[in-house]
Amino acid sequence: MELLANILISAMIAATPLVLAATGELVAERAGVLNLGVEGMMIVGAIAGFSTVIATKSLLLALAAAIAGGTVMAALFGVLALTLRANQVASGLALTMFGLGLSALWGQGYSGLSAPAFPRLYLPGLTEAPFFGKLLFGQDGLIYFAFAILAAVAWVLDRTRLGLIVRAIGENHDAAHAIGYRVIAYRYLALMFGGAMAGLGGAYLSLVQTPLWVERMTAGRGWIALALVVFAAWRPWRVLLGAYLFGGITILQLHSQALGVKIDGQLLSMLPYLATIAVLVIISRDAVKGKLTAPQCLGQPFHATA
Amino acid sequence: MTPSQLGKLIAGSAVAALLALVGPYVRAQTKPKVSFVYVGPIGDHGWSYQHHQGLQAIKAAFADRIDTNYVENVPEGPDAERVIDQLAASGSSIIFTTSFGFMNPTIKVAARHPNVKFEHATGFKQAPNVATYNARFYEGRHVIGLIAGKMTKTNTIGYIASFPIPEVVMGINSAYLAAKSVNPGVKFKIVWVATWFDPGKETDAAKALVDQGADILMQHTDSPAAMKFAEEKGIYAFGQASDMAAFGPNAQLTSIVDNWSPYYVKRVKEVLDGTWKTSDTWDGIKEGTVVLAPWSKKLPDDVVKLAEAARDGIAAGTRHAFTGPINKQDGSPWLKAGERASDKDLLSMNFYVEGIEGSLPK
Repeated sequence: MELLANILISAMIAATPLVLAATGELVAERAGVLNLGVEGMMIVGAIAGFSTVIATKSLLLALAAAIAGGTVMAALFGVLALTLRANQVASGLALTMFGLGLSALWGQGYSGLSAPAFPRLYLPGLTEAPFFGKLLFGQDGLIYFAFAILAAVAWVLDRTRLGLIVRAIGENHDAAHAIGYRVIAYRYLALMFGGAMAGLGGAYLSLVQTPLWVERMTAGRGWIALALVVFAAWRPWRVLLGAYLFGGITILQLHSQALGVKIDGQLLSMLPYLATIAVLVIISRDAVKGKLTAPQCLGQPFHATA
Repeated sequence: MTPSQLGKLIAGSAVAALLALVGPYVRAQTKPKVSFVYVGPIGDHGWSYQHHQGLQAIKAAFADRIDTNYVENVPEGPDAERVIDQLAASGSSIIFTTSFGFMNPTIKVAARHPNVKFEHATGFKQAPNVATYNARFYEGRHVIGLIAGKMTKTNTIGYIASFPIPEVVMGINSAYLAAKSVNPGVKFKIVWVATWFDPGKETDAAKALVDQGADILMQHTDSPAAMKFAEEKGIYAFGQASDMAAFGPNAQLTSIVDNWSPYYVKRVKEVLDGTWKTSDTWDGIKEGTVVLAPWSKKLPDDVVKLAEAARDGIAAGTRHAFTGPINKQDGSPWLKAGERASDKDLLSMNFYVEGIEGSLPK
């Protein structure tokens, strides 16, 4: 039983950077911005957080720095893709390469250093409870934050005027513009929220999960986050499902090997991408298009007509 | 996403991939150029970092007589061929390709550039202008296996493995046989992570192994993540490729350090002297290519003595990590009593030895 609880805890930890980054990207994409630079924003967040915690010993400042790092990266993408109307796909790929290079340069001299341990929640009585105690009441704060931010995003997108505007801009930016909404301004906001979350996701890796700094330590998680947004068909709660499914499979796979059960690791590494392809195939069929489709203006540059 | 957007995405990816490959710039030069291709970042503090240390040694030895350059983070597979080809076409005299997966690309590119010399690490295919070199890491793993067998309290050693290639398999077998020779009850739990470098996943694997009772970790992956995790948990671990004591000052018992510098300096000198010939080099503890990092203060004297005797015996040639009788996992005999494994057997090893649980992934 304790082993099962440990597996679930590890799965939650593996899933959290994905939840954070994918939630941010989802908001950007719902506003019509396709930012393929998630990996680059994550890795910059990872080193921004790590270097700050080394300099200041403060985890809160480190998280703030990670958010700032990701946001600045996203703003940079905004200048290219929104203000200068460069191709979003190319700009996003460039942002990823830039982020990987920048973080490597920034991170020189930080490998081998130790970050202070990240505090975990402790509620007397509850945390010691068998099985569910540590699982539900003994995690680091960012895991709970990831849930909270996802709930907030789901609520804002579906239930508020702000969410309606963001979605309208993502579906038809000309119409939204005609009504008088400032398309570019809202897109910048959505994009920078995405950057902030990606930065936080990266910092989760360098401050909580490992916690250390090594070049390229995100190792493709940004791309998985992007795939998860498509897998989730742009619905927030499905991002959570996808990320936990993916984290769970990864961890279960490692444990099953240690237990001597044979599953091919390569097969499991393919799963999120296979699922994404399956979803892409399904949503390209007309019958379900209405229900499961991408924002109509996703990736299209906006030219104000009047 | 509409089809046209998808098309753009694919076109964009192709352009980006091409751009990434034009990285190493071309310049007119008269001095011989020494090029390196790394599979990971030079900041990995493991495998690629150690090769890069070798490049620094070359620079120090031949300062103004040569030019050097390198490309890091080159994925194994078709991309590698283009990177190596580009280096060969842009005037490199000798190119070191430093990962097993670069073997076929290196051979292919070498056939197109007969005047360029190639050195491929850990492979087994040679050509008139392709030499191979490797280190007998299994000798180091024999020593750490002995230490692990003595130091474990739960009798469970966790092993984080990368890919089921002979190199990795012989490491597992070597460490297991050594551990079992001093502790018949020892068990190895082996997790394959299917990557050389992913600190997050390596940590997850370490966690899984410790959750299942391992109290000492060994790794055949390139990042120090598992060492860092061991330090946090207050257990022991062995470093890989580099001395990882900085990540686990209390956790690291020793580390198998790859010291490529002597070989690299020697081979570049041969290029300069015009005496370079293809060869197949497999050096180990004796030649100083495999070095054990300073012993941890936590090792009791008798364990240090045991480890040193093994290390010195291997260097002197009186001891071999694979000395019979050894059976394969299925119980069929492999080596007779007193017989030593041939290099050919080792380099094609694709089986676990008797006593290891679980099956080897194919």
